[in-house]
Amino acid sequence: METLAALGHGFAVALTPINLLWAFAGVTVGTAVGVLPGLGPALTIALLLPITFKVDATAAFILFAGIYYGAMYGGSTTSILLNTPGESATIITALEGNRMARRGRAGAALATAAIGSFVAGTLGTLGITFVAPVIVEFALRFGPAEYFALMVLAFVTVSAVLGNSSVRGLTSLFFGIFLGLIGVDLQTGQPRFTFGLDELLDGINVIVVAVGLFAVGETLYLAARHRFGRDEIIPMRGSLWMTAEEWKRSWKPWLRGSAIGFPIGALPAGGAEVPTFLSYYLEKKLSRKPEEFGNGAIEGVAGPEAANNASAAGVLVPMLTLGLPTSATAAIILSAFQSYGINPGPLLLQNQPELVWGLIASLYIGNVMLLVLNLPLIGLWVRILTIPAPLLYGGILVFATIGTYGISNSPIDLILLYLIGGIGYLMRRYDFPTAPVIIGMILGPLAEQEFRRAMGISQGDPTVFLTHPLSAFLLALAALALAAPHLYRLLVRNRGDKAA
Amino acid sequence: MPARATGQIVLATGVLALAGIVAQQTTVIPVSPLYAKVGPTVFPWMVAAGLALLGLLLLIEALRGGWPADDHDEQTRVDGRALGWVLAGLVANVVLIGPLGFILASTLLFCCVARAFGSTQLPRDAAIAFVFAALTYVGFARVLGINIGAGLVERFF
Repeated sequence: METLAALGHGFAVALTPINLLWAFAGVTVGTAVGVLPGLGPALTIALLLPITFKVDATAAFILFAGIYYGAMYGGSTTSILLNTPGESATIITALEGNRMARRGRAGAALATAAIGSFVAGTLGTLGITFVAPVIVEFALRFGPAEYFALMVLAFVTVSAVLGNSSVRGLTSLFFGIFLGLIGVDLQTGQPRFTFGLDELLDGINVIVVAVGLFAVGETLYLAARHRFGRDEIIPMRGSLWMTAEEWKRSWKPWLRGSAIGFPIGALPAGGAEVPTFLSYYLEKKLSRKPEEFGNGAIEGVAGPEAANNASAAGVLVPMLTLGLPTSATAAIILSAFQSYGINPGPLLLQNQPELVWGLIASLYIGNVMLLVLNLPLIGLWVRILTIPAPLLYGGILVFATIGTYGISNSPIDLILLYLIGGIGYLMRRYDFPTAPVIIGMILGPLAEQEFRRAMGISQGDPTVFLTHPLSAFLLALAALALAAPHLYRLLVRNRGDKAA
Repeated sequence: MPARATGQIVLATGVLALAGIVAQQTTVIPVSPLYAKVGPTVFPWMVAAGLALLGLLLLIEALRGGWPADDHDEQTRVDGRALGWVLAGLVANVVLIGPLGFILASTLLFCCVARAFGSTQLPRDAAIAFVFAALTYVGFARVLGINIGAGLVERFF
């Protein structure tokens, strides 16, 4: 009951005209950047971080949350009509949805994706509403050792378990932690890794890194391979209305996808890839027409899209309750909290109920807005897809300049931006994931803080991490997550040898 | 798949070099004896060690023929000319944003990037870029009050 009262209060905050306007602006911008290939929610929110100096916290987070949810909706449109998944989580949607579009059922594919996103987004937000207070209860008992262990686990899962290679993922992560260490050490006042530059004393701004990796790096990467083919946009044909049969084939995958996506997103395991793949295989298994999979099966769009959105909602749970970001976007939202001097964590719900519940309420409202924006108005978004690449990327780089030059008016920041962009290009070319850089950069300093606190309490005894049962358990889990894929490979190889 | 993975070897060496820089820079962080046990250098040492280990693993992988990535794929050869255009635009932007101001520097950057993506209509690009840059300048500098480099043209807005 307490939760419902708090949520009711949140709606009172979110339903004020000005906050409704922020939510609407968020979902609109979010859908647009989701549709545009090359732009994502992490980059967009990073570019908009300077507004945290101008508007109050509630409004800023309602805007950011709208962008976050909106980008999920917009991303599916691009996957279906263009077959270039904007992000890895929509690969599956591109797989089946694009086939449906080629068969003239683009309308139905877009509809099942949008309605599935709505169902999953709403269920996921319900999940946040009721799970978050429970986790807070639990997390209030955590000490620094437990927090540090939890962060190590998150580090391992976001960099080593997801993605193609744990070595490359961890390299990205450590590079990010290194970037996070640059600047004055807050506990001793000593400058670290500033290379004698005064500009680096305050540390590297996360905007510079996010924009460098996601805008400059991506543009360099796409420019370098541009002439190898242009994507074809499939014209929107077919009714937006799903047939009775398509409804019948969609609603169960929506629910199952939500049920898979939310817990996986909410566990500090992060990533929307795993749940979408799981949902896809589950739907293929359960389908009475498995032969349709690969040729445009509607279940293959409905399930993974729902899983994708539910896991995006789930990611907000550890972010709001533990201060633990498990995606690049969540990490940047966390840095926005920091720029307001707010530390997300178990105390956030107590200290800032208006902000948190207003944010959660605005997620419900944003989902309704998104359903309207993405079904009747879909034609509008499709037109955005026709912006020619030269103009699109020219514009993106101009925006990137504003985002960084506007912070300090210093050419050093601009040079840093382009250097990181160059690194981002190499990372893309050599298949290093970029999200762990952002997560390491934001979460690294927090992990260090907890580490030093724990060591301070134990008077320098490092066994504190192993003598606390929960901390030991979390670290063991992290070690297991790191070792499991290798053990599995060894096992498979051994079995293969025996068979041969 | 070509057997040589020169790029990957260079990259892995770069990670090792970064580990070296991190380690060297960690030694110059002054540590007060008050914090000797868990001072500001503990985490940097961990990062240096981690990067060194990962760099080594990457180097081994690269020397054994490398991991599957774009540089192994004939389909994804680097378009050097396009890359060059983007880089030229970026360098010009850094150099010119101070003296010329945001709008003109951005117009130039925009045109270079558009050229990299295969556009051949320079006058059209330049016109669009100028209008776009001017609009964003007005939006950020005048409405949001974020200073993004006034110069020759900006005083008219």
